[in-house]
Amino acid sequence: MASDGTGVVALYGGSAGNKVVDASSKPSATFSVKVGLAQMLRGGVIMDVVTPEQARLAEEAGACAVMALERVPADIRAQGGVARMSDPALIREIKRAVTIPVMAKARIGHFVEAQILEAVGVDYVDESEVLTPADDAHHINKHNFRVPFVCGCRDLGEALRRVREGAAMIRTKGEAGTGNVVEAVRHVRSVMGDVRALRNMDDDEVFAYAKRIAAPYDLVMQTKQLGRLPVVQFAAGGVATPADAALMMQLGCDGVFVGSGIFKSGDPARRARAIVQAVTHYSDPNILAEVSSGIGEAMVGINLSDPKVERYAARSE
Amino acid sequence: MAVVGVLALQGSYNEHMAALRRIGVRGVEVRKPEQLLGVDSLIIPGGESTTMAKLANYHNLFPALREFVSGGKPVWGTCAGLIFLANKAIGQKTGGQELVGGLDCTVHRNFFGSQLQSFETELSVPKLAEKEGGNDTCRGVFIRAPAILEVGSDVEVLADCPVPDDRPMVIISSGEGAEEEVYSKDRVIVAVRQGNILATAFHPELTSDSRWHRFFLDMDKESPAKALSALSLSSSSSRDAEDLPKNRPLDLPIFE
Repeated sequence: MASDGTGVVALYGGSAGNKVVDASSKPSATFSVKVGLAQMLRGGVIMDVVTPEQARLAEEAGACAVMALERVPADIRAQGGVARMSDPALIREIKRAVTIPVMAKARIGHFVEAQILEAVGVDYVDESEVLTPADDAHHINKHNFRVPFVCGCRDLGEALRRVREGAAMIRTKGEAGTGNVVEAVRHVRSVMGDVRALRNMDDDEVFAYAKRIAAPYDLVMQTKQLGRLPVVQFAAGGVATPADAALMMQLGCDGVFVGSGIFKSGDPARRARAIVQAVTHYSDPNILAEVSSGIGEAMVGINLSDPKVERYAARSE
Repeated sequence: MAVVGVLALQGSYNEHMAALRRIGVRGVEVRKPEQLLGVDSLIIPGGESTTMAKLANYHNLFPALREFVSGGKPVWGTCAGLIFLANKAIGQKTGGQELVGGLDCTVHRNFFGSQLQSFETELSVPKLAEKEGGNDTCRGVFIRAPAILEVGSDVEVLADCPVPDDRPMVIISSGEGAEEEVYSKDRVIVAVRQGNILATAFHPELTSDSRWHRFFLDMDKESPAKALSALSLSSSSSRDAEDLPKNRPLDLPIFE
């Protein structure tokens, strides 16, 4: 990331190597390799699954990865209680069932759950607000891990704080398990709008701006120069239809997480397939119309103006 | 100037487009069979090969891709693209996946294991350096990478790499599990060329070294199909405005 003609600001003097990476980490877990997998997932759909059969269905539909869970977010909402990391045995079963990457969720700040997931050999860990947070002040120091992490955000400051903690991929939070895309749109627009405003900002104003959004100056400056987040950015939290997924892509996301939207719908196989196609052909309304036709009932969804609905997105800063 | 198509179903197609832009070559995204007619060469990027195969199937791309490869125009597959181009792939999902084929080799889909075994290394590439200059090594980024176990006699090996110690055991089963053998060599092939086909198990598009992209473009100049493709150039100029939605994601940085 040193200033080698790519126009990207050098970090911490930027001698040899990328200083975003913890120097003590093993050579095989460089930040490039962590971001690399996220780059391979671009333009794809990551689906929540709770059984090996669902994982196979997702793979057959063309998911680029699966998220192994015990309960999808809609059920976590309905059943309440504390939501924790999934049983490693379930994750192993799902890993055996498919050849695509398998992700799993750890509670925010619960670095031991993350250690367990790394030992199980998952391809990506999602430090997720959908599970009940284990630490209300601190996120996991993700530089300490060889496994890459994806983290949620609602705005640019939150995204860059997570990147500084070592997240190699960002997803906008939305509101998981609601089937309502309004929060996902709000968060994507917030990040994209912040980046657009930052791009046009005078360099001298970036110091105060970084302070205001509570993000590291170097990452803010890098974002300004790139005109986008410095890592892959997916959308999540409320995507239920092919049109929702294409909306996220047209707003500028690199890909989409779909949680409850598939397996809480009338015909999961067709819906999964339709959403995968909608993400690839996101800017072609003819194909979107074709794939949206006759795919059965969407998940029911939750009206977010009801104050009794718990906001998962507000669980971490 | 030659127009390079990048198969844009899923994966690192943005990175390939950016790499082409850096060396001043125009790339176009290819999502439909008819778009293959307007390009002189094709890059099949990295990504999830099963996902890309599914998407190619949904839109009936395989016949067009096979025709493109057999037509002699240059094709380059990186990682998932290598799997696409191989005549034989093992270690696939239950039920297998459709391949384009054309490259006479056997590929193991996930030779190096899962993300925890993903790695970066310096590869020795004397043949690349001889053609494109620079030093004798290049940066190889291997993400859940495949590897080439066997190649036919027409296939030129451009790079190989040592097999890491922490790689899971690879069992090569031929046929219906009749004979099984364990891959026991200590080096494995990761870059090959056979005529108009180039294939790499790693991702040059994730690095700032553009020699592989130049090498690929030079294949276009040598190719016998060049004379034909010159005819189609005139029709390609109208494609400029196409496939450029607003809010198009910009390039990610290259992580050194």
